[in-house]
Amino acid sequence: MTEDEYAVYQSLAQDGEDHRWAFGTGFTDPLEGVDASVPDGVDAAALATYCLMLGDDALIYSHRLQQWMTRLPELEEETAIANIALDLLGQARMLLARAGLAEGAGRQEDELAFCREESEFRNVRLVEALDADFAELTGRLLVFSAWRLELLRQLTGSKDPVLAAIAAKGVKEITYHRDYAAQWVIRLGDGTALSHGKMQAALGTIWPLVDELFRADRVVAALPGIAADPQTLRAEVDTVLDTVLATATLERPDHAPMAAVAGQTGRDGVHTEAFGYILAELQSVARAHPDATW
Amino acid sequence: MTEPQVRSGWPLYEVFLRGKRGLNHVHVGSLHAADPEMALHHARDLYTRRNEGVSIWVVAARDITASSPEEKDPFFAPSGDKVYRHPTFYEIPDDVPHI
Repeated sequence: MTEDEYAVYQSLAQDGEDHRWAFGTGFTDPLEGVDASVPDGVDAAALATYCLMLGDDALIYSHRLQQWMTRLPELEEETAIANIALDLLGQARMLLARAGLAEGAGRQEDELAFCREESEFRNVRLVEALDADFAELTGRLLVFSAWRLELLRQLTGSKDPVLAAIAAKGVKEITYHRDYAAQWVIRLGDGTALSHGKMQAALGTIWPLVDELFRADRVVAALPGIAADPQTLRAEVDTVLDTVLATATLERPDHAPMAAVAGQTGRDGVHTEAFGYILAELQSVARAHPDATW
Repeated sequence: MTEPQVRSGWPLYEVFLRGKRGLNHVHVGSLHAADPEMALHHARDLYTRRNEGVSIWVVAARDITASSPEEKDPFFAPSGDKVYRHPTFYEIPDDVPHI
């Protein structure tokens, strides 16, 4: 990290009295005190879209994890998943705020989260499905966090200091998420015949959505040195997943990838059937009571 | 791989945290987990959410040997009248911390 990047990182990661509590005054603006001007020579529109992509991944997945609350098998696991969902929500807030600033149209995080239509969301389709059971939850979390960890690691070297700082903060969080998920996949995979069967079936459900994570993307192509090329992440992520699956005595599924629709996937705003239901729940209160505060 | 068996409940673990400025680990509570590794994860998720700790110990509650309330008098009463065991008769030098 250069000195500049470190300064941005410090202001994001600071641990003053206000930032220790969810309802402290640090709650209002996730990029408070950060110089968020777009570096010279960077395509600001592409940067805004890229931040939306990464922010939407975190926002939608966080929402899906939140829906598990009160439904998990143990109280302790519930706290763990709630923590993970909160980490992701924090990442989403910073990334959406960054997207709004780069876009320069005055849109803030809330507007981006609550007032966009389905086709304007840029998340990958992996994060959209409602997990059928705990095995699917842990399998999806493993794939998601193994992939996002590599992605954020690459972004710590981004030429956009804000993106680099957001990534550096996220790396620590996602490292724990991946450990947590891997621990459960191994426990279930290498557990009883019943848990092994459920874990293997869950992987089969998730796997068609894995390919999309590594698709080449024109927005990324417009941001050399800023964005992380998804194609370069695959080898590292595969190594991690193969290691976990082997330890868990699970087979790597060879299911065919879910097809793109006319060449378009989640990154282009084309989503699965489940997505409309997510938005309905996520946005209904904010839309019924515009600009309400509490 | 063994056949599924009915889970009779995860064993209890006691959690000890060392805070940022604390010198030793302090008991903060207990939780349920299947094994020590999981207990450590749970302890992180339950007891360090507000930035409390820099180090965690977990120990299975069944491994703790504790004095019982019935033994209270024979255990502790005899030391009650022995004031000379307190180091109050010394001058403590200013540069000796943590006493």
